[in-house]
Amino acid sequence: MALKTEHMVLNMGPQHPSTHGVLRLELEIEGELVNKVTPHLGYLHRCFEKHAEAMQYNQVVPYTDRLDYLAAIGNNFGYALAVEKLLGIEVPERVEYIRVIMAELQRIASHLVAIGSNGADIGALTPFLYLFRDREHILSIIEETCGARMLYNYIWVGGLSHDIHPDFVRKTKEFCNYFKPTIVELDNLLSYNKIFIERTANIGVLPVDTAINFGSSGPTLRGSGIKFDLRRDDPYSIYDRFDFEIPVGKGLMGTVGDCWDRYYVRIREMEQSLRIIEQAIDHIPEGDVQSAIPKRIKPPKGTVYKRVENPRGELGYFIVSDGTVNPFRVKVRAPSFVNLEVLGELCKGYLVADVIAILGSIDIVLGEVDR
Amino acid sequence: MYQYFYDLTGNTILATLIVAVFPLVNVLIVALIGVYLERKVSAWIQDRVGPNRTGPFGLFQTVADFVKMLQKEDATAKDIDSKLYNIAPVLVFTGSFAAYAAIPFSSKLIGSEAEVGLFYVIAISSLVVGGILMAGWSSNNKYSLLGAMRSAAQIISYEIPTAIIVLSIVMLTGTLSLDKISNMQTAYFWNWNIFGGAEFGITKFLLIPFMVVGFIIIFISTLAEVNRTPFDIPEAESELVAGYFTEYCGMKWAMFMLSEYGNMFAVSAIVSILFFGGYHSPIGYLGNSLGIEWLIPFEQAFWFLAKGWLFILIQMWLRWTLPRLRVDQLMSLCWKYLIPYAFVNLIIIGVISLL
Amino acid sequence: MKSAEEIFEMLKGEFGDSILVLDNDTPTEPIISVDPLQIHRVSKFLREHPDLQLDSLMCLSGVDDANGNKVTNADGDELIEGGTLSVYYNLHSVSLKHKISLKVSTSRTEPKVESVENIWKSANWHEREAFDLLGIFFLNHPDLRRILMPYDWDEFTTEVSRHPLRKDYKNPEFYQGMKVPY
Repeated sequence: MALKTEHMVLNMGPQHPSTHGVLRLELEIEGELVNKVTPHLGYLHRCFEKHAEAMQYNQVVPYTDRLDYLAAIGNNFGYALAVEKLLGIEVPERVEYIRVIMAELQRIASHLVAIGSNGADIGALTPFLYLFRDREHILSIIEETCGARMLYNYIWVGGLSHDIHPDFVRKTKEFCNYFKPTIVELDNLLSYNKIFIERTANIGVLPVDTAINFGSSGPTLRGSGIKFDLRRDDPYSIYDRFDFEIPVGKGLMGTVGDCWDRYYVRIREMEQSLRIIEQAIDHIPEGDVQSAIPKRIKPPKGTVYKRVENPRGELGYFIVSDGTVNPFRVKVRAPSFVNLEVLGELCKGYLVADVIAILGSIDIVLGEVDR
Repeated sequence: MYQYFYDLTGNTILATLIVAVFPLVNVLIVALIGVYLERKVSAWIQDRVGPNRTGPFGLFQTVADFVKMLQKEDATAKDIDSKLYNIAPVLVFTGSFAAYAAIPFSSKLIGSEAEVGLFYVIAISSLVVGGILMAGWSSNNKYSLLGAMRSAAQIISYEIPTAIIVLSIVMLTGTLSLDKISNMQTAYFWNWNIFGGAEFGITKFLLIPFMVVGFIIIFISTLAEVNRTPFDIPEAESELVAGYFTEYCGMKWAMFMLSEYGNMFAVSAIVSILFFGGYHSPIGYLGNSLGIEWLIPFEQAFWFLAKGWLFILIQMWLRWTLPRLRVDQLMSLCWKYLIPYAFVNLIIIGVISLL
Repeated sequence: MKSAEEIFEMLKGEFGDSILVLDNDTPTEPIISVDPLQIHRVSKFLREHPDLQLDSLMCLSGVDDANGNKVTNADGDELIEGGTLSVYYNLHSVSLKHKISLKVSTSRTEPKVESVENIWKSANWHEREAFDLLGIFFLNHPDLRRILMPYDWDEFTTEVSRHPLRKDYKNPEFYQGMKVPY
């Protein structure tokens, strides 16, 4: 007589050490083998889009901080650009430079968390704390300028909330010099660690066409080996003036598009961000950072879709204006939301422990998934 | 030692109790210092400060934790199998505590001078697997169950290479008594088994490389047996929350903790007895040169604890440096690499000892 | 690289009446309006035509146009009757690097749009979101459930508090016994 068997359903989350927030994954497992992963979202839904409809355009900026709370400047940046495009205004050179430098600093800070938590998921807790130590430098640089450490409300429509602190340039340069050797240290400690490679190489392989079809972006897409970076392929602000490379996954340790590639792309991207900062930091022109801030933001009727390269991928704002001071509809195309969708595809046939590694390599922020 | 106290008190029960208290105190102290050290070592490694508020240098942090643990409510879930659930932590603790009975702390401080000490330690520490399986099954929690299954598979698998290496030492020394094995490596450190044992000759130099290999294998597999990183898969916190003891709290949880640190010291002790001369000093005794006879056992106890703690420190160092393996990689490491190498090592050591 | 006008001409030639208008008036990108029940065919063409290759769906947004008549029902709730709900598609070609936006409008009372899930997988969750927050039904969608709101939201709410991003949305009094307006 055949024994009746059924798959075990394991609820991972919403309270779980490595779902990076309140994500619930419903795993259908057979022993340790994962047959199906169903993500359940919404535990951190804070009605951003509904709130935005009740706000004036400039009042929405602090709310955007709370989307991807690890890269708040990037969120401000995207929103400001979208509204500026709707209004058709130009911002001063000085603002553009400061925005780019801030966004790149924020990108490094965000990648540090991503890399660190990816390592911590696999069991390496020490690199995680090293990276938080390094992130601290960036946070204090930004804090000195705009007073906040995480949710900055820094980039406003048409300008910035504060001009940079007099020490900003010196400290940023110091940070660049400090940070370069620590990338090498990180590589030696984690990237080329045999166990780490064993755990991430050939795991969760994402082919390019699947990645594009699922709308993946950012390091998740570039890890699959395609050079696609909005800073170069759809340039915004003044990114076209800087010289930088787009690191892509090459399958150095396994297959192109595996977890290790996605992880490694982030490390190499931090180097490129440093390059951009170093090119920009000496050329910040003089000027008033608030001169272009409109007194009253009342864009004409119309729609706009503006996308920027956030640390996690393509952050898009779709804004519908009905000609009043309130946005009629603000839709956020959150990179984590879209990148997370591919998880079910990636995890099939791997073990429970690999689900954690894959989730860590996609690097989601629940604030942005649930909005 | 039992004989000594029996002569002193003339009562078997009293003597047994007194003898049992020593290892118990040791386990508690090991756990107390071990937890503190783990925190401090991890803090130093991670560029942090670590506990520094409770007492000087945070020394009382663990004491405070234990007091907190004692006061905690014993919260249990509704649908647990309460019999097994309550027995499990006791069984796990018994398993690791009972091993201390045969471990010689010094020539005068041995719970039982059993002839089959080594065999006894390996056998009794397998009790832990039963306890872990019970804990995992009775908790009625899927994470606990997965953790328990992983743990059972892991501990049982890694006992094989451990046993084979132990066998090769037994072949060489011709005894199962831990005390006798220690005594064979007396005087200076070049008499330790890792340096080929006390017998001087060509075989000693032939043995050294294979002894080193044997030490590495047994160190790795004992690391796996006590569930330390990179083999902490049963309690992998980022995957299984806390593994088989997810549902435990308060003192029951503390029992698991105690037995973990107890086990750490026990395996370190076994490794140091087998390869590093046990309680014998590497550089001779102060008591001998000064002519103070009674000082020697104390010196021996010091060296034994020092060796044990050294291995614990290495375990901690590894834990805070390395990521964690996956369950299938762990198994393939054991079955594809450690066991074959251990067998080859056993045969070669056997041939050499015949020379 | 193709401009919006060229793409519009191509689509007009291929599908005729399913392609409604090209809206160049918006301050930024032009938008092509499409029949909601033809969007699947159009999308397939856009993705597979060798000169277009719009292989990436950047964003899919539902919008409540709120262009119907405002009426007050028996409970004193202000409702919008008639009018349309719209879905915007922002497409992009990774290889050819051109962009285009599509728009479909469907009736508010019976909002039905063809799903493009089997053309761009990324549409899956975006469509679920539009269904969840605006109540637009995507035909042939394999898994049309709520995504951000609780799965059992419908059981505890009334008609006006089903889909929060509709302009006439009202908070329900209670959800699962918890008071909602605070």
